[in-house]
Amino acid sequence: MTKRPRILVVDDEAAMRESLKDWLMEDDYEVDLAASGEDAISMARDTSWDIILLDLKMPGMDGLETMSRLKKVIPETEILMMTAYGSIDTAVQAMKEGAFDYLVKPFDPDEIEMQIKKIVAHKELVLENILLRRELAERHQYDEIIGKSDAMQEVFNLISRVAPTDSTVLITGESGTGKELIAQAIHGNSNRCYMPFIAVSCGALPDSLLESELFGYEKGAFTGAENSKKGRFEMANEGTLFLDEIGDISLKTQIDLLRILQQKELIRLGSEKVVRVDVRILAATNRDLQKAIKENRFREDLYYRLNVISIHVPPLRDRKEDIPLLVKAFIEKSCLEMNKEVVKIAPSALKLLMVYNWPGNVRELENVIERALVIGLSKEIVPEDLPFSRKEMELYTSSKSLKMMEKLHIERILDESDWNISRAARELDIDRQTLYNKIEKYQITRGQD
Amino acid sequence: MSNCITICPIGVVEEDILGRIAKCIEKRHGLMCKISPRMEKPKYAYDERRGQYDSKLILKHLIKCCPQDTLRFIAVTHVDLYVPILKFVFGLAQIEGQCAVISIHRLRPQFYNLPPDPDLLMARVEKTVLHELGHSLGLTHCRDRRCVMYSSTRIEDTDFKRSDYCPTCFELFRWYLDKCLISAHT
Repeated sequence: MTKRPRILVVDDEAAMRESLKDWLMEDDYEVDLAASGEDAISMARDTSWDIILLDLKMPGMDGLETMSRLKKVIPETEILMMTAYGSIDTAVQAMKEGAFDYLVKPFDPDEIEMQIKKIVAHKELVLENILLRRELAERHQYDEIIGKSDAMQEVFNLISRVAPTDSTVLITGESGTGKELIAQAIHGNSNRCYMPFIAVSCGALPDSLLESELFGYEKGAFTGAENSKKGRFEMANEGTLFLDEIGDISLKTQIDLLRILQQKELIRLGSEKVVRVDVRILAATNRDLQKAIKENRFREDLYYRLNVISIHVPPLRDRKEDIPLLVKAFIEKSCLEMNKEVVKIAPSALKLLMVYNWPGNVRELENVIERALVIGLSKEIVPEDLPFSRKEMELYTSSKSLKMMEKLHIERILDESDWNISRAARELDIDRQTLYNKIEKYQITRGQD
Repeated sequence: MSNCITICPIGVVEEDILGRIAKCIEKRHGLMCKISPRMEKPKYAYDERRGQYDSKLILKHLIKCCPQDTLRFIAVTHVDLYVPILKFVFGLAQIEGQCAVISIHRLRPQFYNLPPDPDLLMARVEKTVLHELGHSLGLTHCRDRRCVMYSSTRIEDTDFKRSDYCPTCFELFRWYLDKCLISAHT
């Protein structure tokens, strides 16, 4: 806390209020006074404090009721109860109801100072935590999910709008586009960010295993269930559950999932007990769920439950302007992991990466960079470090004109068919004469490479 | 108002203690000190239930009796002081005010069942006076345990800290004092 901590003293005895104020002011705290619980609640409408020192026994509204009402208006404020020796039990009750601690009047100077310092330190820690998480969330936006393209800016915009809500989000996109990172960013920017983020790759698990993973089981529920186990839903309680590859789950699991989404409760395998869960669901898929619904492979009601808000992550080929930023980030990340000096990328190699189609998306690009750093010998990544054939390189690095592309393509097919004209013509789906005409037109000769 | 600090005993206070306080302030801050006639034991501030004296009431009384020609009015007493919310205090001052009071009661080693130690007592008295003087000028507690403005909630804190202000508190002390002296002469 860089600002002066602000403290409210609530006590019906003026002498107590005043002496506490004098004492606290010596420590440079900003101190406000209230003579009753009602006054404190009224003041809390337009003021907030870091700490409230609240007398337990007051005429009218007592300390417990005042605390409960203050907590609704200013939940982030810590409350220290002040009590006479005879009412310690009530003070303990106050702690159970959310008070930070209690002090018996009159205090030992040491005691009050220690308690206040403890709260200030605690609040500093909470603040630091929030700032770190915010920083982390910003990093998600600017470091981990990298993109200056309009398409990615739109995704970032959606994340920031969707994150603070509790809505279910369906994240779609091709394999390797970074859907889990989007889910992490939503969680990291949400009110649940202090609670767990649990990811389950639904497609990676067989149906029976997925069921026990998601919903948990009781001891003896099945052979090998030697102990009870919490499922991922329970583990994610009050947090976020990310269900990746949701398009791959069986119809049975879809029904179970739908029930949980509707009723917010589950029954562990082998148990009769209903467990209530408060989990935000984020789901992702690279499949066309609309098509799966038409083919009766995916339940329409579940689809609408999941698809409250949808975020589509564009494929890398549709946001090539992000490639230089991504390459830089992956080089830095990999070099750090390999304990290697950060290298550059040669413009010719970058040009190659810019024209490639990236069917494996960002994940493929990351792998390509990592591989180049492992096999590369120079202080910069050069085209030879990239896993594209020389022909492909030429194809992608040459002019993008249709004629040039046609020439390069014919050359490649001729090379592949070892200049067997009939085979190459068949491969190109043209007749032999047309192929001869094109060879002449483009002046393609054998051994030109 | 002059730039003189008045030291006022409440009840019987040993002359060497009063002299030592005056000398300490004069030596450290170049401020002239004078010792005023003693005040009676503050019966008005006595709390029978606690067996202690309410320092806030004493402070109020001091404000009423404060001489006009003094920069600060510091009372010294042997009685045990408290404020209603705390079990005890070593002293109390008006922050940026003219008056302060310190108690020798809990500074004496005998209070902690230890043999008398005049040097230790004098060192504690000096630190407590400088601390309350700092408050009366406008200084608040310092986070440096060695600084005389560090909050003493136990006698061990008083013994640990030095009889000096840390460089920052010293700067602040000088700044407040200059401000105070300027307003005293205008």
